[in-house]
Amino acid sequence: MHSAYIDPILERYGHNPTKLMQILREMQEHFGYIHSDAIDHLVARLGILRTQVESVAGFYEFFYLHPPGRYRILFSDNITDRMLGNMDLLEQMCRQLWIEHGKVSEDGLVSVDTTSCTGMCDQGPALLVNGRTVTRLTMDRVEVICELVRNEIPLEQWPAEFFQVEENIRRKDVLLGSEFQPGAALRAAFALGPQALIDEVKTANLRGRGGAGFTTGLKWEGCRNAPGQAHYVVCNADEGEPGTFKDRVLLASYADRVFEGMTLCGYAIGAQLGMLYLRGEYRYLLEPLQAVLENRRRANLLGGNILGQAGFDFDIEIHLGAGAYICGEESALIESLEGKRGTPRNRPPFPVTHGYLNQPTVVNNVETFAAGTLIAERGGAWYAGLGTGKSAGTKLLSVSGDCTQPGIYEYPFGVTVAQVLEDCGAVNSQAVQVSGPSGVCVSAAEFERRIAFEDIPTAGAFMVFDHSRDMFEVARNFVQFFAHESCGFCTPCRVGTSLLRNLMDKLHNGHGSPYDFEEIKRLNVLLQSMSHCGLGHSACNPVLDTIAKFGPAYEKRLQHRDFTPAFDLDWALAPARRSTGRDDSAAHLHDEAIGEQP
Amino acid sequence: MSNTFTLDGKEIPFQDGQTVIQAALDAGVYIPHLCHHPDFPPHGSCKLCTVKINGRQTASCTMKAQAGMVVESNIDELNDERRALTQMLFVEGNHFCPSCEKSGNCQLQATAYQLHMLTPHFDHFYPNRPVDASHPDYLLDTNRCILCSLCVRASRDVDGKNVFALGGRGIKTHLLVNAKSHRLGDTDFSGEDKAANVCPVGVILKKRQGFAVPIGQRTFDIKPASEYVDSRMPTKEV
Repeated sequence: MHSAYIDPILERYGHNPTKLMQILREMQEHFGYIHSDAIDHLVARLGILRTQVESVAGFYEFFYLHPPGRYRILFSDNITDRMLGNMDLLEQMCRQLWIEHGKVSEDGLVSVDTTSCTGMCDQGPALLVNGRTVTRLTMDRVEVICELVRNEIPLEQWPAEFFQVEENIRRKDVLLGSEFQPGAALRAAFALGPQALIDEVKTANLRGRGGAGFTTGLKWEGCRNAPGQAHYVVCNADEGEPGTFKDRVLLASYADRVFEGMTLCGYAIGAQLGMLYLRGEYRYLLEPLQAVLENRRRANLLGGNILGQAGFDFDIEIHLGAGAYICGEESALIESLEGKRGTPRNRPPFPVTHGYLNQPTVVNNVETFAAGTLIAERGGAWYAGLGTGKSAGTKLLSVSGDCTQPGIYEYPFGVTVAQVLEDCGAVNSQAVQVSGPSGVCVSAAEFERRIAFEDIPTAGAFMVFDHSRDMFEVARNFVQFFAHESCGFCTPCRVGTSLLRNLMDKLHNGHGSPYDFEEIKRLNVLLQSMSHCGLGHSACNPVLDTIAKFGPAYEKRLQHRDFTPAFDLDWALAPARRSTGRDDSAAHLHDEAIGEQP
Repeated sequence: MSNTFTLDGKEIPFQDGQTVIQAALDAGVYIPHLCHHPDFPPHGSCKLCTVKINGRQTASCTMKAQAGMVVESNIDELNDERRALTQMLFVEGNHFCPSCEKSGNCQLQATAYQLHMLTPHFDHFYPNRPVDASHPDYLLDTNRCILCSLCVRASRDVDGKNVFALGGRGIKTHLLVNAKSHRLGDTDFSGEDKAANVCPVGVILKKRQGFAVPIGQRTFDIKPASEYVDSRMPTKEV
């Protein structure tokens, strides 16, 4: 039964176990989930282990080993979605469909749950239904969706405007504003030669746009000089940092620039294969991107002897992720590309010498590759003249939250936070979370600070909070995010992020004491010093920042001055109340406000 | 320049390619550890062996030794953090030492004593984890699993059987058994396997063997973990 749909998929992927994630995705798109008998078939045909399939499938949020419902609805749960009321919409949907949040309906029709930020913060609240993005949710839209689900209408027949994703480009500079003729950057690069191209990128002082800011030219040069059987180019489009969506726009409207940037890199380092790691949430971009690749192949911008350049063969594959923030970390991303769990590797060695299949690999952000085409076309010196001394060029910001004009803004590096706030129509702003939960929380007193590697480095997220927002709840949302996305490899992050989440919930529920506050601080120090990778190191940032800058938001929750028991008898009765459908005063042990279940 | 570094002021020799913990253990100096095992390549997940090298914290099991390094290990700051990690491992699973057959032979318990852990400190998670008694000779009690993956590595790299793997993600990470039924009894696992004799805690236990050595005379009852230095002693005895 399963061989009928699996065999053609395996054929297409050459029975190659490193393509396991793509194989599983296509199997699931066909069957709805990964059936235990289907795993038997994979084991037999690919010569892999059952545990290999199960451990990979169990790691990624969008793979299911059990039926998740014929309609699998996941509400994006970034703080910006929450500010737009996603939780009320979710509850409304659950009520209308008569289901419990997180559970599959008895008839196997539908399940409703939350997922991490889906990258639609400028047009939220958003959800994914069977992997497809629905934006701009309202109560009316939720009602229509419930109706469509109840009548089992196929997604293809749902109103097209539900799936409409807007670009919302608000400010263009050299990258978004320049005309681009596909092939122009490649021709310029061929005139230079590989080493001179790298020298231009070094002269340009281009730094990685994923946030860490490593010098791109040095990375390319290091990779070019590293010995190996093959060299690889990887484009990190696993844009998982909550509040970031600029790569989505680049891939939707500037894909030629991105692919040409990857091809330039392939030329510079001597690679024949490039891979775009596209986050699972952007599944809807797969076919359009493949069409762009096909066009480029037809124009000889990909393939053999590109544009007549003898011996330069290069092609690009798209690898779709399946819901794991950690895969934005470059070594975890490479593990995932190899069809494994996305666990960050021990480093050194770094990908530049031991990356994909242990071969020299350049991993760069989408925006970095796109910027590379500008440098090839117009020269490194020109590019170095843009921005600030240590931050050459421009940066795309994904602006969302409390402002009238959310969307994409391209600025030369060095722009102040205040300038961005003015341009996006933010008033009465209390704080901006720059670069997402792992970034920096900037308070009003610091709005003259600059977006640049010298001051506030960023991967691009720019979430605005006005004075009506509770910064403790912002931090709590981010802590929940890290606990959900911890890969589980190392003890401090696996356990520490969950302990931190529980403590923040305890404060939220009004049971916090100064002791818990001290515990939070202590856990943060431990996470920072003991964790295996950046996720654990930065999981404490939102809390430490908000404690330092918005202390009163925490203090007002410390209602008890001394010790508070962790166990609340009345709260423990909640399941009994739920199962009996009671909520009258006699069903409670005392009159104290009932906290939310952690 | 000779191949040595200093560890808490003591000169430690090392071979090229050795990690800091390998060199330290060879020199008879104990650094607390759980996922590291001298018979296996570096893994780096428990983070108990974290030391300070030239002032910066890093796991000593994955850091290659270099001449002239200044390594700090047995200092209050690090031992406090190691104790917190050990407490995390206790509250993450379900560990009831008094009723556990591994008590006295358990590296987690011994490490806790070593680090003067007196309470679990954090709130318990009380996870719901399965016990598998399907194998004729061995019991699998995942309540005690600390996810060190030593059984995974032993079964894969030494036994060539791949009986175990880790599944799930984050706090839901768990041990997987390579069988459609997920039962140990449906695999080719046997008592002769390295994987049967490498678990530092009480997950993989031999059946019909209880209290063969009385409490009080077991491995770590006789001397503390630090005096065994590496983990080969206790695991042989099981």
